[in-house]
Amino acid sequence: MIKIEKRDDAPMALYFFTPFIAIILTILGGGIIFYILGFNPIEALKFYFITPISNLYGLSELLLKATPLCLIAIGLSFCFKSNNWNIGAEGQLTFGAIVGGGVALLFYNQEGFYILPLVILAGAIGGMIFALIPAILKTYFNTNEILVSLMLVYVSKLLLDYLVVGPWSNPEGFNFPETRQFSDSSRMPLLFEGLRIHAGIFLALAAVMLSWFTLYKTYLGFQIKVSGLSLKTAKYAGFKGKTMILFVFMISGACAGLAGVGEITGPIGQLHRMISPDYGFTAIIVAFLGRLNPFGIIFASLVVALTYLGAETAQIFLQIPKYTGQVFQGMILFFLLASDYLLFFKVKILNLKKNELRH
Amino acid sequence: MYKNFFRYLISAIFLLGFSVNSNADFKVGFVYVGPTGDHGWTFQHHEGRNAVEAAGIKTTFVESVPEGADAERVIRQLAQSGHDLIFTTSFGYMDPTNKVAKDFPNVKFEHATGYKREHSNVSTYSARFYEGRTLLGHIAGKMTKTNTIGYIASFPIPEVIRGINAMTLAAQKVNPNIKTKIVWVFTWYDPGKEAEAAQALIDQGADVIMQHTDSTAPVQTAEKAGVWSFGQASDMQRFAPKSILTSIIDDWAPYYVERAIAARDGTWNQQDTWHGLKEGMVAMGPYNSAMGADLVKEVEQLQKDLASGKVHSFTGPIYDQKGNILVAEGKVADDGMLAGMSVYVKGVEGDIPK
Repeated sequence: MIKIEKRDDAPMALYFFTPFIAIILTILGGGIIFYILGFNPIEALKFYFITPISNLYGLSELLLKATPLCLIAIGLSFCFKSNNWNIGAEGQLTFGAIVGGGVALLFYNQEGFYILPLVILAGAIGGMIFALIPAILKTYFNTNEILVSLMLVYVSKLLLDYLVVGPWSNPEGFNFPETRQFSDSSRMPLLFEGLRIHAGIFLALAAVMLSWFTLYKTYLGFQIKVSGLSLKTAKYAGFKGKTMILFVFMISGACAGLAGVGEITGPIGQLHRMISPDYGFTAIIVAFLGRLNPFGIIFASLVVALTYLGAETAQIFLQIPKYTGQVFQGMILFFLLASDYLLFFKVKILNLKKNELRH
Repeated sequence: MYKNFFRYLISAIFLLGFSVNSNADFKVGFVYVGPTGDHGWTFQHHEGRNAVEAAGIKTTFVESVPEGADAERVIRQLAQSGHDLIFTTSFGYMDPTNKVAKDFPNVKFEHATGYKREHSNVSTYSARFYEGRTLLGHIAGKMTKTNTIGYIASFPIPEVIRGINAMTLAAQKVNPNIKTKIVWVFTWYDPGKEAEAAQALIDQGADVIMQHTDSTAPVQTAEKAGVWSFGQASDMQRFAPKSILTSIIDDWAPYYVERAIAARDGTWNQQDTWHGLKEGMVAMGPYNSAMGADLVKEVEQLQKDLASGKVHSFTGPIYDQKGNILVAEGKVADDGMLAGMSVYVKGVEGDIPK
């Protein structure tokens, strides 16, 4: 018979260590999968985790990929810390990109240093507004934010589809579902010649610093954390619950919107239907792997970004199916949750004898 | 002088060695938009790759590469890792392909269905799928009882409009009363949406369904509803054995093998290829015996005539929906007009989404 008990003395030092355990287990698990698939596991893991970042271009690509993940996860950490389950960051990213992209198209072929900041601001506001929908519905109509934010993802994607097929499609583009290429005045400046890493990374770093300060050094951050630990305590302490829900959703939406606008003004350079390979959903894994801690999230976004790049190089060099990338992401989350569970709970196997059962 | 001579000699030997070496190491890369098992678009490109491999040339592929920011990295990695010729097999790779091509002048690039060739090492290729649509139209016009043909369309780009028009014109020729009803799904691959669209068309009275999308959902829906259908991109007969009359098959294999050998042997040139039934880039699946022997014979003859050029899919007089003449009597539409086609012909219902 198996009995599960809560540990009273769960070591908190281990709490920050379990992500590493999860990553190590994922690598081991990955090695076993590669072995079963008939590849040399050491070689496969090398192509997966080392080859992609063995040159400058690869490092730049890693940072490029980690930037939106980090931004979104930072935003999500505000929501998750306060027990608000915003699952719709993908939609907020898309809506931010729509609003930011709209401004970029408005200034098509115009010069001006103020254009890019306007585009970025528009993206953040777009994401913020879109995140306010589930927040307002939750605070005033008691709806379930998981459901609402998730369903809004489809709304924003369909809106983007409509815009790039219809009113915003490139007049010279033979009706292909994409807008014009943005002018240089609304493109993120590149940091190095020949590499794709762009100024958007500073937005992510600023978000990390600001969120660290807010969460750990301000009264507001304290309120967020307390209501996450116990809503009743928060109410008892007189914290304004409704305002806080709106606030964390706005932060989260703004971050997702920034991620979206960073993608379209950075590596993509236009609006089309494929602006995000589900960054908004993957960022949920990033947020938890980073323990909802701003610096942990930086680390986690790099790890998860590497699983994307690794899946590509492993397919190029060894023809390992690209979906192993998703398997890796799934394994990381699984092992993380499993080790957390074992950290907080004891599993006791009770050896009951037959005659004991008869009592 | 001797010094220079030796220098030349050494560099000549080096170059020779290098070129021999690169011949043995010759590798072709493929970038796919979907999984190799989609039984449609990517599946057929993958079949083409298998043919290149069978011709003794090493190949690599990367599947399910999103048409966003990731495409450029994948194409660049293939170029960096010693691939000499790279096929990028979806429209959305157009700008990334040209961008990477600029940085790798010694690597050859082939982009499917695009129109930008910004550098001399970029070629484009596509197939005259509309010739297949003409055959489908002929069959549909003869087979329909309700005189209503249902068409599931992806995006209002010239290629899709061309297919709708070619089909409608051919159907009208054998049955002046037919109407073409269209549902736009705005996706290339979404089995759920495609199935819904097929059902909607059937509910509106269509008893022949065809689609310009990649999944097998429409033919399966048609099979269940007991109406006729056509396979798209690959031979989909086994997914709907009763319902499928034939399939339009994209056969990239001959082209891929030819271009890979040309690139290996140094005879590759930039070109814009648009092959059809004649060259075999468009092929037809087996004809369903339910069509009857006479119709099969007719269609096979039409297929031959299209291939030989005796018959053209767009032969005048062709009118648009308002009755304005598009192609005069006795003339055929030129490739320029076909490439930019953006209006429906008479007989198609509804408007092109704007």
